[in-house]
Amino acid sequence: MKRRGLLSAIALLALAAPAAQAAETVRIANVIELSGNGATVGNMWKNAVEMAVEEINDAGGILGRTIELTHFDTQSNPGVSRAAVQKALDLDPYVLLGPIYSSSTKVNMQLAQQAGVPQIVGSEASVITEMGNPFVFRTSLSQAASMPKLANYIRDGIGAGSVAVLWVNNDFGRGGRDAFVAEMEARGIEVVADISSEVGQSDFAADVVKIKQAAPDAAFVYLHEEESARFLREARKQGLDIPLIGETTLLNQKVIELAGEAADGVKGHVGLSADAPLPSIRAFRDKFVARYDTVPDHNAIKGYLAVYAVKEITERIGGFDRQAFADALHCATITLEDEPGILIDTSWDRKGDVDRISFLAEVVKGEQRIVGTLPPLGVGCD
Amino acid sequence: MSNVLQLLLAGLATGAIYALVAAGFALLWQTSRAINFAQGEFVMLPAFFVLAGTEWLGLPFWVAALLGLLLALLLLGLLFKRVIIDPLLPQGVLPVVIATIAVGILLKESVKEFYSAEAQPFPALTPGGNIDVLGAVLSLQDVAVLAVAGLAILAMQLFLGRTRLGRMMQATAQNPEVAEILGIPTRRMVLYTFLLNAALVTLASILISPVYLAKFDNGETLGLVAFIAAIVGGFNQVRGAIAGGFLVGVVDNFGAAYVSSDYRTGILLLLLIAVILLRPEGLWGRAEERTV
Repeated sequence: MKRRGLLSAIALLALAAPAAQAAETVRIANVIELSGNGATVGNMWKNAVEMAVEEINDAGGILGRTIELTHFDTQSNPGVSRAAVQKALDLDPYVLLGPIYSSSTKVNMQLAQQAGVPQIVGSEASVITEMGNPFVFRTSLSQAASMPKLANYIRDGIGAGSVAVLWVNNDFGRGGRDAFVAEMEARGIEVVADISSEVGQSDFAADVVKIKQAAPDAAFVYLHEEESARFLREARKQGLDIPLIGETTLLNQKVIELAGEAADGVKGHVGLSADAPLPSIRAFRDKFVARYDTVPDHNAIKGYLAVYAVKEITERIGGFDRQAFADALHCATITLEDEPGILIDTSWDRKGDVDRISFLAEVVKGEQRIVGTLPPLGVGCD
Repeated sequence: MSNVLQLLLAGLATGAIYALVAAGFALLWQTSRAINFAQGEFVMLPAFFVLAGTEWLGLPFWVAALLGLLLALLLLGLLFKRVIIDPLLPQGVLPVVIATIAVGILLKESVKEFYSAEAQPFPALTPGGNIDVLGAVLSLQDVAVLAVAGLAILAMQLFLGRTRLGRMMQATAQNPEVAEILGIPTRRMVLYTFLLNAALVTLASILISPVYLAKFDNGETLGLVAFIAAIVGGFNQVRGAIAGGFLVGVVDNFGAAYVSSDYRTGILLLLLIAVILLRPEGLWGRAEERTV
């Protein structure tokens, strides 16, 4: 009898232990590009997410619970990303982070929506927040928000009357190309060459020749990081001497590192930058460099602030209710006073799009230099 | 005119790499009837041997390159033949194909796991700078690629055609039974072709990585395009495969510039289908008869 009682007690303890453990943690699943063409951007995001989670856990967690973080690799493949999100949802996470590639987000966000799990993504394609998903939130400006700022810069800052557009043929590239061309038409700037390229393309000789043949005043380059670097090297080699304009990616630190001197002279608009003239961003940059021995890019900033947005909104709602979280993040503004980890004052609208200040930048001697700060669009929620 | 020349020269520089890799395909097929679907990953791997040598061991580039070559000869030549090809080849071509696909995945995932999933800058063979060729611009790196690949191809042709060892390898490729009767150590000759292939992919890796950057999945596209080049040129003729490499490099560039950049991969596949339909042995290949 005594023995049976002891066994029962052990069994009860064994059953209670995971429950007690679960009560002290909150699970966040990070579905991100850890391999494939997006590995460069995905690893930046992952490292920053890990850094933020560690900081928050060291400071006592969110509402007393430590974050339990699990990574899932999308392999930069939309099909794999869908399976990865399904696996992540099987863990019953409080919030889902990632992915960055718009093509992946587009095909996996319905799963998170059906499960009622808020998903904070690094994607920029306009279509992501136009599908009426109340659980999806961005961390960066959408193409629809960035392109008007960029178009104004091309017209007023560069003074271009004609442009060539080189874009990567996927959801990210196509969305950016469509938004850009519409803004060019609205400003009477002629698009004289419209060139698509493949994801992972290695040889850009033909693309540069086509741009040269069209003789535009400037070229807008909207590719992923590695392809951007390969293009810049080819453009430099062939002596393409027109302004090369980018939107965030072309001025990315990784592109500068891979392209070397060929990146010098690139100009454009960046939504987030580790070189932004803000003490909060500078402090983040220093911490990241000290920890990973590499300069963070905009994807690292996105991943970092995503985790702190989860913390701040959860503390505002005072619990771990997913629906309440999604409701609260819509139309929310998080300032540096509210939560220093947000790095830059950020607002979300009803669709999950963000609004904040952004920057004009140039690459000079292997470094991205911020040459101007642009105000938020001020779209708001009303 | 300068644009046409620009595309031609850029296409030839890229095609030279395809030619080296395609020649490896043809060499292995000719001597052992093995199709190596890990050939693209074979090109990817030596770049990481070199990077490991320079960054982890602190070796000078050329010492690291030699180390990369040695490791490639050992792993991608000797070990690959002994562990994968020799036991499986008696079972037919299909098990070898499946096994090499598995080897390709293993190599790719290993580099991702043990080195990095991110693209890595790779030291250039030449200092930066360009030369002007009748209005077209050729980087010194392209010149180095064309020169080194061209010399390697020439040396290989001279070796296979003009040396006793090369002719023994040719004989083994053309008719292993008769070569065996004539006293040629055919098994050793087959091993030599695997070692030669390992040397070719190492060279291709060192030439291409400064331009394409070193990345674990580089082999996917490279292997596919080189395979197309070998079929288009002639899978059973090393010279044909080499010519196919140059042709594919040039067609790819002209197709993207003057037909459609949207369908540049499609253009190569159309070329492949046309060759298979109209001249299955390849443009410079030799018709073979088989009995069943």
